[in-house]
Amino acid sequence: MNEYELVIGMEIHVELKTKSGMFCACKNDQSLDKKPNIYTCPVCLGLPGALPVPNKTAIDWTIMLGLALGSEIAEVSKFDRKHYFYPDLPKGYQISQYDMPLCVGGFVDTSFGKVRLHRIHLEEDTGTLKHTLLDGKRVSLVDFNRSGTPLVEIVTEPDIHSSEQAKEFLKTLHQIVRFVGISDADMEKGSMRLEPNISVRRKGATEMPKYKVEVKNINSFKFAAAAIEYEFNRHVAILEKGEIPVQETRGWNEDKNATVSQRVKEGAADYRYFPEPDIPPLRFTKEYIETLRAALPKLADEVKSDVMSAHGLNEYQGKMLVENTIKLTKFQTIVSLPSIQRANVSGPTIANWIINKDIDPSSSENQIADQIIASQTIVVVSDDDLMKAIVEVMEANPKAVADFKAGKEPVKMFLFGNVIRELKGKGDKERVVALLEEKLAA
Amino acid sequence: MDSLSSMLYWRQVNKNLLDLSILELAKRLQDKSITSVELVDESYERMEASESVIHAAITIRDKKEALALAKKADETRTAHSSPLHGMPYVVKDGYVTKDLRTTAASKVLDTFMSPYNATVIEKLEAKGAILIGKMNMDAWGHGASTENTDYPVTKNPWDITRSAGGSGGGPAAAIALRYVPFAIGEDTGGSIRLPAAWCGITSLKVTYGRVSRYGAIAYASSLDTVGPTAKTAEDCAVVLEAIAGVDPKDATSSPHAVDDYANGMTKSLTGKRIAFPTEYYKEGLDTEIKAAIFKAREQFVSLGAVVEDVSMPLLEFGVPVYYILAPSETSSNLGRYDGVRYGNGRELFTKETSRRVMTGTYALSSGYYDAYYKKAQKARTVFIKNYASILSKYDAILAPVTTVPATKFGALLEDPVANMMMDVYNVTVNIVGVPSLALPCGFTKDGLPMGMQLIGNMHGEKTLISLGSAYQSATDWHTKTPQGVTI
Amino acid sequence: MKGSLLSIDDIKKIAKLANIPISEKQSEELIKQVGVTVAYVSKLQELPTDGVIETSQVTGLENVMREDVVDESRMFSQVEALKNATHTHNGFFVVDAVLEASE
Repeated sequence: MNEYELVIGMEIHVELKTKSGMFCACKNDQSLDKKPNIYTCPVCLGLPGALPVPNKTAIDWTIMLGLALGSEIAEVSKFDRKHYFYPDLPKGYQISQYDMPLCVGGFVDTSFGKVRLHRIHLEEDTGTLKHTLLDGKRVSLVDFNRSGTPLVEIVTEPDIHSSEQAKEFLKTLHQIVRFVGISDADMEKGSMRLEPNISVRRKGATEMPKYKVEVKNINSFKFAAAAIEYEFNRHVAILEKGEIPVQETRGWNEDKNATVSQRVKEGAADYRYFPEPDIPPLRFTKEYIETLRAALPKLADEVKSDVMSAHGLNEYQGKMLVENTIKLTKFQTIVSLPSIQRANVSGPTIANWIINKDIDPSSSENQIADQIIASQTIVVVSDDDLMKAIVEVMEANPKAVADFKAGKEPVKMFLFGNVIRELKGKGDKERVVALLEEKLAA
Repeated sequence: MDSLSSMLYWRQVNKNLLDLSILELAKRLQDKSITSVELVDESYERMEASESVIHAAITIRDKKEALALAKKADETRTAHSSPLHGMPYVVKDGYVTKDLRTTAASKVLDTFMSPYNATVIEKLEAKGAILIGKMNMDAWGHGASTENTDYPVTKNPWDITRSAGGSGGGPAAAIALRYVPFAIGEDTGGSIRLPAAWCGITSLKVTYGRVSRYGAIAYASSLDTVGPTAKTAEDCAVVLEAIAGVDPKDATSSPHAVDDYANGMTKSLTGKRIAFPTEYYKEGLDTEIKAAIFKAREQFVSLGAVVEDVSMPLLEFGVPVYYILAPSETSSNLGRYDGVRYGNGRELFTKETSRRVMTGTYALSSGYYDAYYKKAQKARTVFIKNYASILSKYDAILAPVTTVPATKFGALLEDPVANMMMDVYNVTVNIVGVPSLALPCGFTKDGLPMGMQLIGNMHGEKTLISLGSAYQSATDWHTKTPQGVTI
Repeated sequence: MKGSLLSIDDIKKIAKLANIPISEKQSEELIKQVGVTVAYVSKLQELPTDGVIETSQVTGLENVMREDVVDESRMFSQVEALKNATHTHNGFFVVDAVLEASE
């Protein structure tokens, strides 16, 4: 197995959270469990005579994503029609972009190396199908609520060589998309969808394998990694027999923990692209692109270092907040509340509270702030009492103290936890840390 | 007054109101010497007299409903009302309408009730015009004779053994028989102009984008145009003013200001320059049509215009370009008719439609795209340059509309090349996007109407209308109506 | 490619791509008719177009977009959306199964 390596390119679809559709003024509602066919109009239902008009915000956001990912933005771009017949595609074609995508190139850094982007383009999403039995007959039920939702497709170069790298790449990309603020990128709701194109070659080989397998229906990073592992083993077994895996589309089956061949009734793929005659081409000046760049929200790394330095947070706190935009927003709101500032509650205290507590999602920032302030102000413990508790804990745990002195840094947290328990949660925790460190160093 | 006695009354006092021009009718409606009820009544009387033979219409609005709308129009008319207020009209059945079913003359849409109105319908409704019928056509616009309809074929009112032309044979026959003062047609490669020429009426193929295409069932999106069909150039101008303009629902609609097209018409054409492309008058053109247009040329000269021979050598490439672009785009545009959300299945497409969809699919398919579609788009650029070089020096180009007068039924049905060649003078106009006014210029010795067209610059409709109007003030071809069918 | 008549396989392939259901008899007819059209339009190869840029639209318009605003007046109720369909069920459009039974 060690003689083989994975070659993976990814296609990632991200639904934009614009207010309206890509080419129509229908409401863009990506929530689940809504009634079928309640957000349709002549355009997204593909009625006779209807015409598309592109959503400016969707175009701007795609460019902003490209800028955040280091892509080159097209000076001239256009939409094209991509033809195929499928019941969830109302017009018999999807309005997409063929040879002049909005963004070309770009990259995402991973600890395993750079993953280059091939292109980023904008298109419309399709409707959705449900397969069921109706009067004993196999049928598909079609819902066009999703039809016409703005959809960004990000295509990478085949630069991914392990499931770990795939996972890291996807997490980073996910974070960037969230930070640009253009999509919920919720894998479970399908607003971010992944399709790895997987092939395997001998280690050291440089040419591209002669086949690739596309895997669909992946709705978490974990499954992406699992599907890649599964495919790797499957391909290696086939290659070992001297055969070449069949080029096909497979689906991830969560129950079986395996990929299965998807035998979809589709015509031969010849998409017959041609320039969309209903939409004039797009042209962007350098100045316009710069205004979009200026409007770009700060990206994760930048936000993390900003929040750390502004509020004295450690790396761990910074990372935890940045990975969860809801918590980050809460933190940023609470930390600047007048009540918090009057009570002189420190940034790290607020961060710890937000990171560690199960906060009732219905409670307001003010309510949370009050809770934090209350927890801080109930009992002030003097340094002497704090030191007393520290000494007691150190005496009760001589091995831990010895371990710490021998260089086992994590033991500090164990001791700290015991001191806090001794104090029954009272006292300024930062002061405890400071005194503990002082005592341990003595 | 009940409707019968009211009808008898106007028949005595105002015979053949619908022979009058739109502006004359509007004047009489304003001074209350006539009513919309009378106009609509006359429309139905004319349709009732002819429709069982002519089949200009696919769907006609219930008469009581139309009369109720006319009554309401009479009650709501003010001094500021549009000249089209209370005016009955018809449209080619390629426009979606909420009130009347929309078929595009195809059984695929036999029972389709559109949940929305085309922009052109909304605009006319806002002006107070009354839609009374959906007119016949070649299904989806695919044809030059209206024989490719899935409904009874429209007969030419001048000779019922002959075609009314296509694809918009229905609206043209309706105007020839004076069912209504005007109709809305659709022109992708001659569909407004060819039937106008064969039925002896006036029609305007507008600049691409001049009128919103929203709600016009797409044949070939980059060529489709929405335009008026009427008795005269002036009538076309009045209608154009009501329907032209940018539409936020059509990204290709023109933001160019809408002219007062009917204003500033003169009888003198001094200073006007007309190009006469010699290649257009060579072999293939019917001798009677050729003679009629040469006579019209003299007429323009006597009105003060300068007419000069020019060379437009690309003519022979026009049909190949058109028959690559239009089938390609139609193969795409007709993809939506899958019978899932509305309508019936694709097995109901006519042979002509299947041919065009197949040809277009082939031209776009992998390995052929560059040789056909891309090549045709390059040729399109060449055509645009050629037209621009002529139209930078002239106000209009005088050209035939068809090679022959109205053909006998069957002549075009099974011969794809003859069918394609029928629009040889028309298709390049759509390829380039410029406007063209088709107007009557005489009759053959057999009594069939003949037409010519004036092709202008982008957004040059006003110039074309003034040229056409001057010609019509000096001739009376446009006043002739078919014998025997009219009441 | 130039002018050559199409084969029956070509016609079947095109019909499948175009989603046009055709019988054997129709495909014979179409070979001739589509072939004639294709041969006819191939005349275009004689027109020199070296270095010419394609035109796909004649308006010269660019950057025609709409603001990101919902227009409820253009949206259909579920009933309106479904009213022209032949097969519906519980608010869905119904089509023959598109997925074959998996093992």
